Amino acid sequence: MRQIRDYFAAEDVLEVETPLLMPSGSQDPALTSFATSAPAEANHWPRGYLQTSPEFAMKRLLAAGSGDIFQLCHAFRVEQPGRYHLAEFVLLEWYRVGFDHHHLMDDVEALVLALLPSLHFERKTYAELFQGEYGFDPHTASTIRLGETAAATGAELGVASDDRVVLFDVLFAQLFLRDRPATDALFVYDFPVEQCAYARIAPGSPPVAQRFELIIGGVEIANGYFEVTDYEEQLERHRREGIRRQQLKLPEMESDPLFLAALDAGMPSCSGVALGVDRLVMLCTGQQSLNQCTSFDPFGAALEHC
Amino acid sequence: MASYSTNQFKMGLKIMLDGDPYTIVENDIVKPGKGQAFNRIKVRNLKSGRVIEKTYKSGESVEAADVVETNMEYSYSDGDSWTFMNPETFEQMSASKAAMGDTTKWLKGQETCMVTLWNGEPISVVAPNFAILTITETDPGVRGDTASGGTKPATMETGAVVKVPLFIEQGDVLKIDTRTGEYVSRAKED
Repeated sequence: MRQIRDYFAAEDVLEVETPLLMPSGSQDPALTSFATSAPAEANHWPRGYLQTSPEFAMKRLLAAGSGDIFQLCHAFRVEQPGRYHLAEFVLLEWYRVGFDHHHLMDDVEALVLALLPSLHFERKTYAELFQGEYGFDPHTASTIRLGETAAATGAELGVASDDRVVLFDVLFAQLFLRDRPATDALFVYDFPVEQCAYARIAPGSPPVAQRFELIIGGVEIANGYFEVTDYEEQLERHRREGIRRQQLKLPEMESDPLFLAALDAGMPSCSGVALGVDRLVMLCTGQQSLNQCTSFDPFGAALEHC
Repeated sequence: MASYSTNQFKMGLKIMLDGDPYTIVENDIVKPGKGQAFNRIKVRNLKSGRVIEKTYKSGESVEAADVVETNMEYSYSDGDSWTFMNPETFEQMSASKAAMGDTTKWLKGQETCMVTLWNGEPISVVAPNFAILTITETDPGVRGDTASGGTKPATMETGAVVKVPLFIEQGDVLKIDTRTGEYVSRAKED
């Protein structure tokens, strides 16, 4: 933690804190927020949500002219616990004004190297990765091609077997998210547009989402975007997430009006990244699971029985 | 038909895949970025012993396999089938050659074996960890040679061939580790 703070102090990035409890949860169809309920006698108190990441709050600060900012905070996601997943975890999120995603990858690499000097870094586009491993271009591949390749890796997707988003997820997961040499650090960048989340889309042929992920020893460590800062574009992303939530029969989730207002007022061009601190600690200490890195497992026994 | 959802996956769970019963030997949750969560499992085919890997989208479900593991006592064999008895109910059951596999070479009779039943039929049998067997044939022993570390083959009363130290004689009773097929020590038959 001190090394992380030292790095940002030297880079002149301001440390900030934002609320963990917010009036709206994540709209991302892949994330489930913990919702709070106040006791009955306090029924004037609205439902709140524990943040899944400080993204929207930090973007409001950026729109207000904060300049470069970072935050070390706890984030909460309803997930099946596993070797690499804790419901409550430590997130390092930071934003650099005027950076594109390539410039931000340099930044991430410098920080991680300060903590893990023996790493060997490599960068590949999503297309290069798929071309090398599966022998086709992911941006132009037909859904049938994706489906056949996924099935050949032993993927059982049920009704989602023709869903491009799920197919990309599983094909990506089959390449990583498994045991690899702990010194291999790989940036994968320029994702298929289906995987854009809140990253800008660079027009071109094919268009690509200006997003990157850092994977170390097969474990996903960080996820960064050249951020969407356009109000209309962000509204469109929320609209699409809403449709997807409906398709997946997930509860509807309101957009954060203050976040959208901040975008409308004007947010500077920037790139941002979220990094899993627990996972980095796991790598720094050579442990095999997050549970070995934390002294607390408050819900362990309760979850065992589900 | 009973089924298990991915959030019930855990080691030892018995499931059906492509018409064969499998047991889960490893279960990992994988979730890329802001993406779909998956359960990646390693499963062992209970008939062939082969281990394969499968990845399920979280929320999918898999048919449960009606598999029971039970201790049964080996009674006798007619060469085509091997008969076992449940020591509590005295119920008898026979296992095919395929289900027995290599296990036959450790069995004389009365051993308590772990029998895996699928839909009530034995599909695999595991011998006790150690077998006590008499040597029926081996080269004459080299007297006093307890240190050279050399070995020679010895045929046991059940037909199993085991590498034994040079000082061992025909007619000796040995303790064998059935998991590795290795000689452990001389034993007294009681």
